[in-house]
Amino acid sequence: MISYLQETFDKAVGRVAYQSRRLSAGLWRRPAVSAGLLLTPPLGWFIFIYLAALAALFISAFWTVDSFTGEINRHWTLTNFHAILTSDIYRRIAVRTILMAAAVTLTDVLLAFPFAYFMVRLAGPRQRIVLFTLVLVPLWSSYLARVYAWRLIFAHNGALNWVLRHLGFEGLEIGYTNWAMWIVFSYIWLPFMIMPIYSAIERIPYSLFEASQDLGAKAWRTFFKVILPLAMPGVIAGSLFTFSLTLGDYITPVLVGGPGSDFIGNVVYANVGIANNIPFAAAYASIPLIVMAAYLAFAKRTGAFDVM
Amino acid sequence: MKQRMTRYAVTGAMLATALAFSVSAIAEPAAPNYPKTIGEGEGALNIVAWEGYAEDSWIKPFEKETGCIVNRKYAGSSDEMVALMRQGGGGEYDLVSASGDASLRLILGGNVQPIDVKLIPDFDNFVPELKAPPHNTLNGLHYGLSYEWGPNVLMYNTDKIKEAPKSWAALYDPQYKGKITVPDNPIQIADAALYLSKTDPSLGITDPYELTEAQLDAAVALLKKQAPLVKKYWALASDEIELFKNGDAIIGASWPYQTNTLKADGAHVADTIPAEGATGWADSWMLSAKSKHVNCAYKFMAYVSTPEVQAEQAIYFGETPANLKACAAMDKADPGSCAKYHLDDAATYIKQIHFWKTPQQTCANGKAECTSYTTWQQKWQEIKG
Repeated sequence: MISYLQETFDKAVGRVAYQSRRLSAGLWRRPAVSAGLLLTPPLGWFIFIYLAALAALFISAFWTVDSFTGEINRHWTLTNFHAILTSDIYRRIAVRTILMAAAVTLTDVLLAFPFAYFMVRLAGPRQRIVLFTLVLVPLWSSYLARVYAWRLIFAHNGALNWVLRHLGFEGLEIGYTNWAMWIVFSYIWLPFMIMPIYSAIERIPYSLFEASQDLGAKAWRTFFKVILPLAMPGVIAGSLFTFSLTLGDYITPVLVGGPGSDFIGNVVYANVGIANNIPFAAAYASIPLIVMAAYLAFAKRTGAFDVM
Repeated sequence: MKQRMTRYAVTGAMLATALAFSVSAIAEPAAPNYPKTIGEGEGALNIVAWEGYAEDSWIKPFEKETGCIVNRKYAGSSDEMVALMRQGGGGEYDLVSASGDASLRLILGGNVQPIDVKLIPDFDNFVPELKAPPHNTLNGLHYGLSYEWGPNVLMYNTDKIKEAPKSWAALYDPQYKGKITVPDNPIQIADAALYLSKTDPSLGITDPYELTEAQLDAAVALLKKQAPLVKKYWALASDEIELFKNGDAIIGASWPYQTNTLKADGAHVADTIPAEGATGWADSWMLSAKSKHVNCAYKFMAYVSTPEVQAEQAIYFGETPANLKACAAMDKADPGSCAKYHLDDAATYIKQIHFWKTPQQTCANGKAECTSYTTWQQKWQEIKG
């Protein structure tokens, strides 16, 4: 009995093996078919989930919503874009978001560059591991937990003011302001700037430093003429992260921002989740898309994508 | 070739989405679809509620008694409640504790269905004004079951402000610059309008929810002057609690819930209703038009209408029950609380509160002179910047 089962099983396995050999030989002879099979799942996902969502966004931006019943009115109109372009407040919020993203990016470049340089050139292998861990460990904890922590630090009776008062200074009223947002954003996105700059500096051959010195360049000249231009793609790559992450954020403004801290994301959130005006939200959400498209085009020209 | 294929694919995707979106329905109030009796529970119930409206102390006994497991989702504003009830075509949530500024929108949007009050034994004991109030009843159909009600209050830190402020003017007073907090909610415009109706009679504001364009502009101008004094516009009740605990705010517009929670935590706060009167809420439980757990929902509504639960809810949140029989249960749990929350003189007390309702373009006199809630929302964004 058992040997019979064994025999049947072996036969079945043999058949499957034969069939799959035939299949793979067939695919080998027709590379287009195998490429098609390989690409269908990711391409299908990309088109139907990723692009379709974007398309739905753009289409609904041209619709309006009945204010009382909340039903979407599907007549094509430019009302939403008109409202955005003519209103002071929506322009102010867009400008605030973009300026904050730029300020955070600049701050992170200034903080990350010396840090990354130290990691590549001056730190020993063990130190480097410690520094890597320090950069990456915050990413393992929840974003929300870290933002809440900052809220407690900046509070009127928070950790920062406790320290300041014990040192004999006046407490700072920094909580729930745009300054608080700037600090929190710069802190949260810093690792995303350090890593690309690190890999850009690491690629610079050491011989170039020596050549610069041999030719009589002082340290600052070596930095500005050799290191900075060669590390620039890394800086741009990092700035893509910090800029887009800040541009799209809406939680930090809610948690640590005060009056006059709303971002583009907050207006979108308020219109989707609260006002139920999805068409307006879609129209407003196209602003960061346009800004990022322009920024990506600029980054592509600088060669930033080569270091990513 | 490759490019053209991509273009086809993109066009196809856009067409598909356009088709999917073009199926539309015209909203109208849902027709009655009453169950004959309350049947066996479905084992689950999804509710949207205000913070403090679904506490374990009365939800757990309900779950044990009926086997309906209550999944709770807390919302911070009426707008959020409306959005949640409409989310995914409706039907994700069965019940919502909607205030008067959300209930009509839900009824007219066809998001909620009429409730058969005959299946709620305690309905007969309700405050007469709350049996069929205009904010939850339309054409004689009860789209909502009244629950609890109360005024919005002025909360202050008793260490910093020794005497209870007598006027809402305290919230517009530069001496509290950077220490004020108010809700991040467009309906807050009505609070400014109520204050103006008493302090600037020339504006002619009679109902804080029915504002002409000129009256709305005046309220908005007042709130824009307030904005630089505000520390934070709070989104959740817990935000305001934290602001008071950490000393970031010492005075603010609030619900009694925050005062009670802070007091229970040992914080030095008190609240008051200033001379101008107050805006307030009258909440109703409303049943989703696409509810999948109708039996559990009816069981829940009958349960929360009983005097015991109404009393427990009232004392926990700091508000007044709809069930007049809850008075005895309140005094038993917390002596004097029935009189404290004015359930014993509900008929007169209810007239002092301007209950939240949805601002509409058509005023009560039938003329289209008023400003709609959409306008209020846009103005609110302008105010908070």
